[in-house]
Formats: sequence, structure tokens, C-alpha cells
Amino acid sequence: MPIGDLAPEIAIIVAAVLSLLFAALAPRNLQAGSAIIALVGIAVALVLLMVQLGETRFTFTGTWAMDGASLWARVMILLATGFCIMLSPDWFRSDPRHGEYYAILMLAALGAMTMAGAGDLLQLVISVLLSSVTGYTLAAWHRDWALSVEAGMKYFLMGALANALLITGIVLILGLLGTSGYQNIALALKLGKGLSPLLFVGLAMTITGVAFKLGAVPSHAWLPDVAEGAPVPSAAFLTVVPKIGAAIALARVVQLVPPEFMNLRELIAVIAVATMTLGNLAALKQDDLRRLIGWSSVAQAGYLLMAITVLGLSPDALTALLAFVASYAIGNLAAFSVVAHLRGRTALSDYDGLAVSQPVAAAALVIAFLSLVGIPPTVGFFGKLTLFITTVDGGFLWLAVVAAANTVASLYFYARVMGRLYFGKPTGDVAVLGRLTSIAVWVGAVAVLLSVIPVETALSAFEMSRLLPL
Amino acid sequence: MLTLAILIPLVGALVLAVMPKITQDTARVIAVGTSAVSFLLLLIVWAQFDTSAGAPAFQSLAEIEWIPSLGVAWRVGVDGMSLALSLMSGVLFIACTAWPMESSERPRAYYAWFLFLEAVSLGLFLVLDLLIFYVFFDLSLVGMFFLIGRWGHGDSQRAALKFFIFTLAGSLAILLAIIGLVLSVDPVTFDMRTMIDLQPLAGMDLRGGLILLGFIVGFAIKAPLFPVHTWLPPAHVMAPGPASAILAGVLLKMGTYGLVRIPFQMMRETFADYALPLAIIALASILWGAVVALAQTDMKRRIAYTSINHMGYTVMGIAAAGALLNGSEGAREMAMTGAVVEMIAHGLITGALFLIAGGFWTRSKTYELDAFGGLANVAPRMTVAAVIAAFASLGLPGLAGFVAEVQIFVGTFAVFPWIAAIGLLGILITAALFLRLLQQVFFGDLPKAREGFPDVSLREGTVLAALLALVILIGVYPRWLLDLIGSASSAMIGG
Repeated sequence: MPIGDLAPEIAIIVAAVLSLLFAALAPRNLQAGSAIIALVGIAVALVLLMVQLGETRFTFTGTWAMDGASLWARVMILLATGFCIMLSPDWFRSDPRHGEYYAILMLAALGAMTMAGAGDLLQLVISVLLSSVTGYTLAAWHRDWALSVEAGMKYFLMGALANALLITGIVLILGLLGTSGYQNIALALKLGKGLSPLLFVGLAMTITGVAFKLGAVPSHAWLPDVAEGAPVPSAAFLTVVPKIGAAIALARVVQLVPPEFMNLRELIAVIAVATMTLGNLAALKQDDLRRLIGWSSVAQAGYLLMAITVLGLSPDALTALLAFVASYAIGNLAAFSVVAHLRGRTALSDYDGLAVSQPVAAAALVIAFLSLVGIPPTVGFFGKLTLFITTVDGGFLWLAVVAAANTVASLYFYARVMGRLYFGKPTGDVAVLGRLTSIAVWVGAVAVLLSVIPVETALSAFEMSRLLPL
Repeated sequence: MLTLAILIPLVGALVLAVMPKITQDTARVIAVGTSAVSFLLLLIVWAQFDTSAGAPAFQSLAEIEWIPSLGVAWRVGVDGMSLALSLMSGVLFIACTAWPMESSERPRAYYAWFLFLEAVSLGLFLVLDLLIFYVFFDLSLVGMFFLIGRWGHGDSQRAALKFFIFTLAGSLAILLAIIGLVLSVDPVTFDMRTMIDLQPLAGMDLRGGLILLGFIVGFAIKAPLFPVHTWLPPAHVMAPGPASAILAGVLLKMGTYGLVRIPFQMMRETFADYALPLAIIALASILWGAVVALAQTDMKRRIAYTSINHMGYTVMGIAAAGALLNGSEGAREMAMTGAVVEMIAHGLITGALFLIAGGFWTRSKTYELDAFGGLANVAPRMTVAAVIAAFASLGLPGLAGFVAEVQIFVGTFAVFPWIAAIGLLGILITAALFLRLLQQVFFGDLPKAREGFPDVSLREGTVLAALLALVILIGVYPRWLLDLIGSASSAMIGG
């Protein structure tokens, strides 16, 4: 068994177990030690991942895909998880047993990683389940706070439904094609075998199941609640990390179907339009910043689906997908780091005139939002730029036009927050969390701004990446 | 050299943003000084600029690789048009930073945003890369959004938001059009010179038309042209005077400059096909701007609407210049030169007018024309400045506006005679509205409340004198400017 191929994932499991053991034995004031164990685990996993650079093959008899797409997605997942860990010790300072949180966080990251690498439908189910079960816990972590429990509950109910759909869809595909391995499915579909309306239904159900993790229509409803009610580090994590894994997983499923055989690309395009439009329209009226970011995160999933739409139609689709996912992750984490630093301050009116008392946090939030809109020279611009280029190139001009119109609509709610920060009247003192979150705010803002420097390196690395099965 | 001219204001902005505890005066000195250095660099570029017939179209070139996989690089260079526009912007930024602030709130940030906008505006005119052009185009929105929202008055947040959303819609249309344009060459490149040489869309009807539509929508919003001008009046009225001056003087030019540089130069065939509709839109802007301006009782709104009218002349000239691929070179060249001179003249004149209007707000907190009268008695210097600026704006011979408009109309008559003829009505109406404005504000009876109305201060006076001296110089002796701009228009049309 080529066990070495799973070295990064094993490192994460080991770190999760160790941090759990540490949390069980350590006294209350040392619970944050688990965070250090988790961070070390992430660092080790990153190094082990780099060993896989340039590999493009299936392993474990075709259930596990090692390729550029999964490699970069896992790198992003680990970095994003590391960032969320940075937000946590200050946030959970008053929670006497929060060391366990890091173990759950690591397992949730593992779920996302295995989604990105899944090369078999059954493997996909297992990774989605792992990511979901841990996600519910992360969302409902504040079990004494109604909103947090409500978020976890909604997430769970939506998840139960979506996972049921996923499994039904997969069973349909398995029954029709007689195989669950991506290699064999791709082979069969390339020859035009097994095409039937029922297969389309199966694929659509599978896509809906994965869309749950992505926060896309029709399984998006949990996202704003989680963004509002979950502890802010969890909200940051759940709106970013599972999406990275799900984006690659969904792309892999879509790529199985040749564009000439089935109108799957059109289905994805319709989901993309629905997701971005719904997300942006719902965000327009929010007077709660965390909910607003949650809805914006739904909208961003819609943009992301544009790249999946043109997969196989434009040579740059995968590059754009990875670039957009990375830029979204950076922008959204930067925004949540500000919210965390401000102790989860959430009513929009509490952000009035914040630029006076908290200039750095206000500037960081503006920068993060500009990135989410896609204003240059933030990282979000390059994400959207590559996305638009590939969509137009793939022949979906109308989709790019809809996305542009959506971007204009989204500016309304982002700019309204910016206006409040800078033009509003300040209201009293502003409490902030701690030094670690303050560093996170800086890291986030600088990452948004300075990502323009390595953009060429990143784009060429993404361009060399492949998405199995070819 | 050009790169430095862009970077210096940006560095100045950063310095102002991080330097704690400096007084308003120090901040202003830093801002004016930085703008002056950057302007000096542009003057050196001008001195080296070769306007002779065989000279290359773009000069003072520099190129640094940035994203080779997308064909994006930091490319700067100037032709006669962009050099003239950046020089005008340089003058205007010095003038607007030297002009006193309307309220003394947060001076550091105020001047930092001005310098940021200067870097962005110069960058837009000087770069020769489509992507970086777009970057600067978008950044100009961010800068102006904060300037209007933070230092404006009245319902300025709403105006700023409206401005931001409208113009972002335009800039996204441009982005899609740029993508369409770029994807039609292989390998992909964002180099403007390559695009001008290749004319990649020649012979593609539908695709070319769609891409042109994207550009025209985007640049028409920025210029602005009827019917997408509605963001402009509130933005101007709520903005502080100097910000209005920059908005009208520099930011609006981005629309017309982009129209010439990108669709006009890079897709001549398609542009020629659609020149007539564009000229009709321009005509509508000329008339609509003039008529609505006449109806305004708010002085700043009135000036704002005349901007729409003037940008209409510019676009009419551009449309006439691009209407044919061959024939009437002389007239089309004249229309193009006139259009660019109009951009310069409008920048200086309307800049001065908005600064004067800003002066009215600082003194009396109102823009209502009825609130004033007989100011010539108490503020003679301001009266002289306003009279010169208003006459220049309505196109009196001997002033800059005339030089521009006469060329535009003569050129357009050769191509679209009836549009030019109807357009002349615009000049009549503008004359009427400015004369009535002058009459109402400066002559007649002085209201009681205005008896202590202070005349322009030394600083204000110097700024206005400098701007208006340029207006008169261009009006009396335009050779130096026409040589510079003419070199660009003959390269565009004759070449």
C-alpha cells in the first residue's frame, strides 16, 4: 500500500489526536497549547505536500487523485485553517476546555482535503460526511448561546438532506455505470456509454449534495446563519475551507462528463446565476455585518461556479478556478479577522465611524471588501479577472455579463459598510480582542494587497496543474 | 521618468497617511510639493518630446515585466494626446491641493487622497497596458468615493455611493470589452501598441459590435453622456470644491481619453461603422446638458450640467474624426485635435469654475443663485475671475474654449454637417446660461446677507490667476499646444 502518498493527511490526523490528548490532560490556562500542536501539524503537512509537487496520478487503486488541483487546494486549506487557528485562542479565552476545538478543526480540514483529492464517488461521500459532521460541531460550539445552536441546527438539517441527496445520486450513477471510480466513469462516458436521463438526474443530485459544502443554491441556506451565529473563527473556517475542497470535488465530477454529451455545463451555469443573484440580492438588505458576509459568501460561490461551467471548454478554466478560490479565501478570511478582532461586533450600526477609533481594523475591512468586489489591485481583482477571461473564452459571454451586473449590485452593500466606517458618527469605545487577532488583521490586509506580487508565480503554478481524470 | 511621475504622488500619499501629527499647513505643503515635483518630471518629458512628422507615435517608453502568462506588463509611454492631458492634470492637481480646504477636518487624509488620485490619474493617461489602464480606472473611483463621502456636504454619502456604483458598472463593461479584445489576439497580450498595430477585430461584425458597445457604455458613463449622466450632478453638488474640480477636470477626461485610445485607435473599422450613432448620442448630450443647465437654480448644478454639454462636443469631435477610414483627412484631423484641446480647455476652465463655486460655499454655505447679487461691488477680483472663466466656457474667441470648439465644429461639418448644425444650438444656450449666471450673481442689487462677502484671498487668487492665465494663453497663442496635440491626431488619422 503506497501509504506515503497520504503522508500530509496522516500528519493532520496525528496532530488532531495529539491536540485532543493534550487538551484532555492540560490545565485550563494551557488549553491554547493545542493550537500550537495543530499549527505544527499543519506546517509538517505543508512540507509533506510539497514533496508531491508535480505528481499527477491516481493512487490507492484509483480512489485518491494526486494532481496539481488537489495539491494547491490542500495547500490553501491548510493555510486557511492555520489562519483560523490564529483567531481562536483569543476568541475562546473564557472557554475552559477549548483545546478540543483544535482537534475538531483539524478533522474538518481533513474532510476538506479529502474532498479535494477524492477520486471515487464513495470516497467523496466519506469526505463530505467527515467535513459535515465536524462542521456542525464547529458551528454550534457556543452551546449556551441560542444563535450558535440555531446555526448548528440549521447546518445539520440542511446537511442531512443534502447528504441524503448526494448518496442517492451516487447510488444512481453507480447503478447505471456499474462503477464508482472516476477513471472508469470517465472512460465509459467518453465512449458515450450509459447516457440516460436518469444519469443526468443522478449527476444533478450529486452536484446538489456537493453544492451544500460550497454554499451554492439550492443548498445554501445554512451559510448566513452560520456566519451570524457560529463563533467567528468557526464562521471564518466554514465559509472558506469546505468551499475550497468542494470546489475541486465538484470540478472533478463535472469534468467526468464530456461537454458534448450532456447539458451539465448549462445546469452549472444556471446554478451559478441563481447563486450569485440570490446571494447579492439577499445581502442588499442586511443590517447585520456577519449575515452580510455570509450572503456575500453565497454570491462568491456563484462566481466560483463560472469556472466550473467552462471546464473543458476553455483551457484556463482550472487556473481561474484555483486563482478565484485563493483570492476569495484571502479576502473572506481578512474580513472575518476584522470581525473577530472587534469581538464579533455584528450590528451594522455599530460600525459607524469606526475609522476614527480603529483605523487599522477599518482600513483592513475596506481592503477586504474591495477585494471581494474585485477592485484592483487587490487579490480579488486577479481572481475575478481570470474568471471573466475564462468564461468569455469558454463561450459563456452572457454568464460573464450577469456576473458583472451582480458585481455592481454587490458594490452597494459593500460600499455601504465602507461608508459607515468612514463617514458615520463614532459611537463610544470599541473593545477589541487581543494581540493575536490584531496580528491576524494585519496579515489579512497585507495578504490582500501584496498578493499582486506573486500573482505571476501563482498563475503559472496553477497553469501547470492538472485535474484528474484527464 | 513617467513611472517616477506616477510613483512620486503615490509615495507622497503614503507618507501623509502614516505620518502622525502634522498640521494642515505641513500636509498641504507636502501635497503641493509632491505634485509640483511630479509635474516637473512631466515638463522634462515634454521638453524631450519630438513632434516632427516622422517621430514615433509613443515616446519616453519604459517596460517592466509583470504577468507574462497573461501578457501584462508595466508599460508607460506618451503621445501628444496623453502628454497634454497629463500636463493639464498636473496643473489642476497643484491648483486643487493649493486651494484651501472647505472644512479643516482630517487634513492629512484629505491631502493623501488627493495625491493618491493624482498618481492614479497620471497613471491612467501614461500607461500603455490595457490591464493597468483598467486598474487605474477603477482606483480613481475608490479615491473619489472617499473624497466625496468624507469631505462632502449635504447628502454626500448617497451621492458618493451613487457615483461609485454607476461608474463601477461602466468600468465592468469596459473590463468585459477589454477581455473580448484581448482574447482576439494570440498570444494574449494587453499591450496597447500591439492592439493599435494589429486592429484585431477588423472584419468581425457581431463580436466587434459587442465589444465596441461595452467600451462605449463604459466610457459614456464616465464622460458622462446622456442618458447615463445622472450620477454627475449630485456628486458635484455634494463634493467639496477642489474634489469637484478634479472630478470634472480630470476624471471625466478618462472617459473621453479612453474612447480615443481604445475603441477609436484599436478597432477603427468597427468604430467607423458606429460613428454616426455615437455622434447622435453626443448631440443629445450637448443639447440636454445645455437645456437642463439653463433650468438649474443651483450654481454648482448648473456648472455640472455644462460639463455634460462640453463632453458632448468632445465626443462629437471624436465621432466625426473616426467616421471614415479614408477621405477628408484634414477635417477629421481637425475634429480630433479640437476634441483633445476641448478636454484640456474644459479641464482648466471648469476646474476654475468649480473652485470658484467652492469659494462661494465656504463663504455662504449655499449654491442658490437667488441668494446672491451685486457681488461685483464687494468682491471685484472674484468677479473678474468668474467672468473670464464663464466666457471661456461659453466659447468666446481669444479664450481656450473657442480654440477647441471652432475646430470641432469645422471638422464635424465636413463629416456630419447636420449634426454639427444642430449642435451649434448648444453654444447659444450655454452663452445664455452663463450670462444669466453672471448677471444674477455679480450684478444687480447686493442682498443684505452678502454685504460682508470676502473677496478672494491671496492663495485663492494666485491659483485662479494661474489657471485663467493658461486659458487666455491657449486662447491667444495656441500654437504650442496644437503642435503637441496635432502630432498625435495626425498619427492617429493620417497613419
